[in-house]
Amino acid sequence: MTKDACKQIVLDIIADIAPDEDLSNIKPDVRLRDQMQLDSMDFLDIVMELRKQHGIEVPEADYIHLASLDSCADYLTPKFEALGK
Amino acid sequence: MSFQPARIVITGIGLTAPNGNSLAEFRQNLLNGVAGVEPFDVRYMGRLIAGVCHFDPLRYQTRKGLRVGTRAGSISIYCAHEALKDSGLAFDSVPKDRVGIYVGCTEHGNVETENEIYAISKFNYDTKYWSHYHNPRTVANNPAGEISLALGITGPAYTIGAACAAGNVGLIHAAQMLRLGEVDVAFCGGVSESIHTFGIFAGFKSQGALATHEDPKKASRPFDKGRNGIVVSEGGCIYTLERLDDALARGAKIYGEIAGYCVNSDASDYVLPNPGRQAECVKKALVNAKLAAADIHIVNTHATATPQGDIQECEAIRSVFGQGCPDTSINNTKSYIGHCMGAAGALELAGNLPSFDDLIVHPTINVDDLDPLCAIDGLVLNTPKKVAKVDAILNNSFGMLGINSTLIVKRFVA
Repeated sequence: MTKDACKQIVLDIIADIAPDEDLSNIKPDVRLRDQMQLDSMDFLDIVMELRKQHGIEVPEADYIHLASLDSCADYLTPKFEALGK
Repeated sequence: MSFQPARIVITGIGLTAPNGNSLAEFRQNLLNGVAGVEPFDVRYMGRLIAGVCHFDPLRYQTRKGLRVGTRAGSISIYCAHEALKDSGLAFDSVPKDRVGIYVGCTEHGNVETENEIYAISKFNYDTKYWSHYHNPRTVANNPAGEISLALGITGPAYTIGAACAAGNVGLIHAAQMLRLGEVDVAFCGGVSESIHTFGIFAGFKSQGALATHEDPKKASRPFDKGRNGIVVSEGGCIYTLERLDDALARGAKIYGEIAGYCVNSDASDYVLPNPGRQAECVKKALVNAKLAAADIHIVNTHATATPQGDIQECEAIRSVFGQGCPDTSINNTKSYIGHCMGAAGALELAGNLPSFDDLIVHPTINVDDLDPLCAIDGLVLNTPKKVAKVDAILNNSFGMLGINSTLIVKRFVA
């Protein structure tokens, strides 16, 4: 699993969660919340979809790592790799 | 001098029915005999029939709003926006804390709960997959709350659980709140998302009260000998109500005036109607409206096409309008749209209101063989009837646990 592939997985989830948003110009190093309308329930959606679709658990203490695409990739890529993905 | 409550008038209507997404379209289809029942797939049960609404939810909601909210919320938002637009209110200048939202519901939360149980069934019923949206979706005030969020209304917004009498009760409650001075504008009526819960179909089927017919459009057939139960439908109808003085001051179009009403209870059975109490409800509404039975020109019946329920309502109506009411026409709107549950009373009233202008009574359709036990004077069957006068419309809406509601709307005369 490359970090770019991991970012794409997160982007695909966000596309379902925030279907009205234009995701074509998302900056990976900027907080997602600063680039689009995402509230706390939306972040819980990201956590839920990672669990449902990929079997990945994100403990509440680690939610901070989902702030940007870059931080998502840094945090999630090892988790995907640990699952052999 | 006795207390004179404020006069309350209808100044806007927004609706979605299985056969129309505006009052004009709905009315035209009622006059043309166009039913809105169609084949519908129900989880665990397969292909059944239902009344399905085909409004465009994206007219007033984002795709995210649709994903997060409920079908009842979506129906409510569509209808409320349409009712607001129709009212011509300059909403920017209306204090939002003086606006009330009173939405009648037969039930709410079954759809969302069933969806979640189905979803976690794919994960061996592990509740960690249960949605964090479950609670905001299933709280009983959800449909009203979604209107509040959509329109930025900060006044009271809640639902009224009144089984299938709820549409009428939403209007009645709003009129009371306007008269109390609690609010200056009310959005009120009823909504239903019930076709999206298998439980209501399964429950009626177990009860022997779910309609079947090879032609879905003929399945809802109140008063016909061959009727065999209820067609479950979704729908919504929200009215804009105001005190007459306010409506006149802004030059509003007025559909009609709330003349009187009654809500009472059978206190006799969980599901079986009680014609004596139904008749009492109608009579009390007439007294409340200061009208005699003969003053009513249209009675919209609640009849749902169950074998026994139709007979009992006809018995109630016969006892009130059976003699000395030559100008009273009696119809039924469920024969076109099935039973829209919490929306039924509000929708069926709306379908009749244009009669004040066109002096036409839409008929009960699908009556090929009138049940003699339902043969009451004044029934309008299968063909619209032109009448000389429509000054008062009486709308019946009854529900389980023995709740009855009667609402009378009269032609507005200054």
